[in-house]
Order: sequence, then structure tokens, then C-alpha cells
Amino acid sequence: MSTVRCVELCRTFKQGDLEVVGLDHVSIEIEQGEFVCLVAPSGGGKTTLLNAIGGLDRPDAGEIWIGDKRIDNLSKGDLAEMRLNNIGFVFQAYNLIPVLTARENVEFVMHVQGVSAEERRRKSEAVLAEVGLEGLEDRRPAKMSGGQQQRVAVARAIVSEPTMVLADEPTANLDSHTAEQLIDLFMSLNKKHKTTFIIATHDQRVVAYARRIVKMLDGQVVEDISQQPA
Amino acid sequence: MMRSMVIVSRLAWRNLWRNHRRTMIMLTAVSIGVWAMIFMTALMRGMVNEMIRDTVRNLPGHVQIHHSEYRDDPSVVNSIPQPTGELLAALESPEVVAWASRVRVPAVISSERESRSVTLLGIDPARESTISFVADDIAEGRFLDDGADNGVIIGRKLADTLDTELGKRVVIMSQDPDNEIADRGFRVVGVFDAKTQQLEESFIFTGIKTSQKLLKIGDRVHEVAIIGPDFRNVAPMYKNIAAATGPGFSVLPWNELDSYIGTMLGVMDGFVLVWIVVVFLALSFGLVNTLVMAVFERVREIGLMLALGMKPIMILGQIIVESLLLLLIGLAIGNALAWLSVVPLQGGIDVSIVAEGMEMFGASAVLYPELLIADVIMANVIVILLGFVASLSPAWRASRYQPIEAITKV
Ligand SMILES: Nc1ncnc2c1ncn2[C@@H]1O[C@H](COP(=O)(O)OP(=O)(O)OP(=O)(O)O)[C@@H](O)[C@H]1O
Ligand SMILES: [Mg+2]
Repeated sequence: MSTVRCVELCRTFKQGDLEVVGLDHVSIEIEQGEFVCLVAPSGGGKTTLLNAIGGLDRPDAGEIWIGDKRIDNLSKGDLAEMRLNNIGFVFQAYNLIPVLTARENVEFVMHVQGVSAEERRRKSEAVLAEVGLEGLEDRRPAKMSGGQQQRVAVARAIVSEPTMVLADEPTANLDSHTAEQLIDLFMSLNKKHKTTFIIATHDQRVVAYARRIVKMLDGQVVEDISQQPA
Repeated sequence: MMRSMVIVSRLAWRNLWRNHRRTMIMLTAVSIGVWAMIFMTALMRGMVNEMIRDTVRNLPGHVQIHHSEYRDDPSVVNSIPQPTGELLAALESPEVVAWASRVRVPAVISSERESRSVTLLGIDPARESTISFVADDIAEGRFLDDGADNGVIIGRKLADTLDTELGKRVVIMSQDPDNEIADRGFRVVGVFDAKTQQLEESFIFTGIKTSQKLLKIGDRVHEVAIIGPDFRNVAPMYKNIAAATGPGFSVLPWNELDSYIGTMLGVMDGFVLVWIVVVFLALSFGLVNTLVMAVFERVREIGLMLALGMKPIMILGQIIVESLLLLLIGLAIGNALAWLSVVPLQGGIDVSIVAEGMEMFGASAVLYPELLIADVIMANVIVILLGFVASLSPAWRASRYQPIEAITKV
């Protein structure tokens, strides 16, 4: 199975003469199908860790393994390939391509993967229904609410059955009710598809749902708790 | 790669119409630019071609045969026999549209008041009327009836200078091969108008037989003028005829007979290219600017696409396809506009008001735009090729974004 394993990850950023710590010897293991919340105050290193796991950024030191494949030393092209096929992303905002409809946004990844038109159609239809967006398939992002847009992003993230979904503050721009619906959606998708979910957040509503909470501070993991979800 | 083209072109097309106003402005600019390229080229072509055609019609033909000494010393002794045998066969071949042989010597024409030196041409009217200007341009009187016609046709300007007119008698004086004076009186049977005064002043025409008798040269002539189907492509005809003439002859195509006009055609081809490129360069500033702005506005979604695993080359492709789509639409409109504006003008544009003095250069006062397929193709190809090159830099820049930096850009 595709366990995510980070070993002694370090990442520092240069800001002028200043060195800012992003990740400070982070070691963490996340098993296939887990639902993990990364919790940290602003600047704690959540995004940096997600970017490293997602192959969007390279750590300065340490190793990242997905299953038995080491990814921190892959070439740019191989990283892009890995992101395309193995990872679903949900960002905080600007998740969607404005000139594409909901359906086309969901199909985007499959287009790039070279999936046939029929299969794209079938899968996007199914997944849009699953996230509760039937009837809105042909809308463009600008004509959808923030919650609906995030659902489209979730649909896109899961449509090609990635090994994990990385979500960086997916609820930050949503009202409580919509945020809860989105988390419910995450939970059910996690149960149904056994997809790993790693969600960075400081939203307490999200944290309450998680079975495992990884707390970070100044780029270090300070607590790793398992709990009974609410 | 191929399969991604679907999404790449869809994105390019949608993005093109995202900023309607900007796209419309760019489209207008490209259309007008392309129109200007083609329309102006058609005008310039028309002008130069008309000049060349006039020059060719003003006697040289497309190819001429002379005695090898004649061009240096156009005297009565440097004559050649009427074409026979192999040469005649070459002249009668299908690639020759028309030909005529001429007596051509320097002469003096005198009225009772004035004398002028001119070039006397003894012509076969039936043949000559198919290749040179005089027959069509008789303003008063008549054209020559046949080779034995013993009337003379002179230009309007010459008639004025000599203070003579239709029906009056003039004396024409030249030399025979024995250096004896050859002269006789002629009646003016026709007066012609030409595009330039110089033509009206320099040439007088009489029957070929009449002139041969006057000059005592038997059946000999001085020049054979030949017309082919296209003045741009005389080489094959020229080669055949040159091969069919023996030593002692000189065979020359029109662009060597009149090197000024010959060079003009070459210069014109270069000029058309320069003109098209210059117009494009003006356009390319707008184009590149539009693309740079478009890329800049879309940094975040470009970052998103990269983050999701789209290859940078696809981002590059998107911008280039968008640019090419814009150019293709602009080209279509520009070509249509050019065609629509050239066709109604093919009857000629009278530019005599603005073009006084143009005839000095051998150009006429009426412009006939000529849309050459080769020019149109060249304009289109140049726009597409240079457009592609101009789009490379903004497209390259877009494809070099780092996904996380781009996606978090505010
Ligand atoms: N590109 C960068 N350049 C400079 N410093 C950076 C960069 N990215 C992150 N950092 C710094 O690294 C540290 C960790 O940042 P990170 O974005 O991972 O935190 P975060 O937990 O995601 O915070 P937030 O909740 O605000 O998103 C911060 O101090 C941040 O300023
Ligand atoms: Mg963050």
C-alpha cells in the first residue's frame, strides 16, 4: 500500500538576509486510507509540508516516500507526472480554471492523462453527482458559490482515484454550514474510496472530525494524536 | 501529447474571448495590418507591372534579336536577315505568343519649318499591332495598312514640334549601307498618342517594305521582337530562341534590354517583402504586449494547471495556439478586406490628380492594383511564422512559472 513516509524533512526559505524555517526535521508516517489533519498556527509549516508531500516543492534535506517510491529526488517532469496520477489537490482558493465549466474542470486532469472522451464523461458525471453538483455541470466557476466551487475542486481531486488528496485550508473561505458539508464529503469519500486525506487547517470544525491530528509549530511536529472523531 | 491538444486548444480558444475588448482591438489591428500589407502590395505591383508592360509594349517585346553589333551601333549596316529555318520554327512554336521583325534606323524628319532626329521603324502592321502600342493609340488618321504602305505615322508631340499635321508631307532622311543619303517624302497618315511625351517625340513608323526600299537593304531587318505569355517568366522562351540563332546575333530578354525596368522588378520583390515585414513588426508590438498581459493576468491558473501536473510544454502550446488563433482570424478578415477592396478597383484608379509628373518615371496616371497569389501567400506565411516567433517569449515565460509561486501570487 502507499504509505506516506517523511524522514527528517528540512526546508528553509531565504527572505533577504533572513532564514525562515519552513520545516524543521519533520518525520511523519501516514498510512493508506488515513484521514489526517495538520493543525498549526499561521506560519507553522502546514503548507510547506503539504507542498513537499505533493511534489510541488523540494525539501532541502530528508526523504519523502510514497509506498516504496522515493519522490523528493525526482526530476521536475517525473514530479509533474506523479502529481498528475497519484495526488489530488484542493487548494484554499483559485482552485478552478475560470474558462472551463464544472464538468470540464473535473475532466481537466483526465484530459491531460489522456483518458478517452467516454470515460471522462462517465467518471465526471458520476463524481459530480457524488459531490452533490448534478445540474450544475455546465456552469463556469464564476457562476457558482464558494462551496460549490470547492466541491468541484474536490470532485476533480478524486476523479482519477489518486492515492491521496492534499487539501490546504479548503474551508477557509466558507461559512460554517458549507464548511461542515464539505468535511462530511471528505469523510464519506475517505471511507468509500480508502483515499488518504491530508488536510491542513486551523478550522476547529474540521479538527473535530479527524481521527488523527498532527500539530505543528515553527516547522516542527509537536503533537501527533489519534482520537475518536466527533 | 496529441490527446492533450484538445484541452489545449479549448483553453486557448476560450481564453482568447475572455477579454473581448482587448481581443477585438487586436483583431482590428491585425486585420487592418494584413489588409494594408496586401492592398499596398497590390497597388505597388500594379504600378510596377503596368510600367513593365508599357515598357514592353513600347517596343522591346519580351525578347529581342539583333545583329550582335546593333546595340552598340544601331546603324543601317548592322542588319539581320528575316527569320528562316530553325529560328522561324522557334518563333512559330506555341510558347511564342507573337513576334514581328522591324527595320529600325536613326533618321531625321523635317517639315517645312522644323527638323528633328528620330528613330524610324519600318513595320509589318499586322504583326506589330499584336505586340506594340501604336495600333491602339492612333488618335487621328489611320494605322498603316500593310508593309508596303508608304505613309508615315508620327507622335502627337512630334507633330506639334514640327508644326505639321495629318495629311501634310514631311521628308525623312537617313543613310543607306553605302553611306549615301537616303531620303524621300512621306505623307502623315496617322498621329498617335503615347503614355509619355518621349515616345511621341522619338518614334515614327512606316511600312517595312517601304523602309527597306528607301534604305536599299533588300529584305533585311534590324530587330525581331517577341512576346511570350508572361513577362515574369521569359527564360524558357529566351533559351529556345537563343539556341536557334547562329553566331553574329544577339538575343536578349527585356530585363536586359532595359536594365532599369529589369532591376525594378527585382527591387520590387524585395520591397514587397520588406513592406510586409515592417507592417508585421508594427503589429507584433501589440501582439506581444497582449500576450504578456494575458499571461500576467492568468498567473494563478497557469500555476494551478502546472500544479495539477500539466506539462510546461502544454502551457507554452496554449499561449502559442491562442496567438495563432488570433492571427488566423485577423488574417481571414484582412485577406477578405484586401480582396474586397482590390476587386472593385481592378478597372483602375485614376491618380492623375495626385500623380502629376509620374509619367516622368514611365508610370501612367491610372493605377491597376494587382493581387498576386504569391504575394498573398507570402503575407500570410510571414504573419504566421513571425507571429509564432513573437509568441514564443511570452509563452515561454508562462511555461517557466513555478507552480506554488504562481498559485499564491496575489
Ligand atoms: N516562498 C516562501 N518564501 C519565504 N518564506 C516562506 C515561503 N513559504 C513559506 N515561508 C515561511 O515558512 C514558514 C512556514 O510557512 P507555511 O506557509 O508552511 O505556513 P502555514 O502553516 O501554511 O501558514 P498559514 O496558515 O498562514 O498558511 C512561514 O514562516 C513562512 O513565512
Ligand atoms: Mg498555508
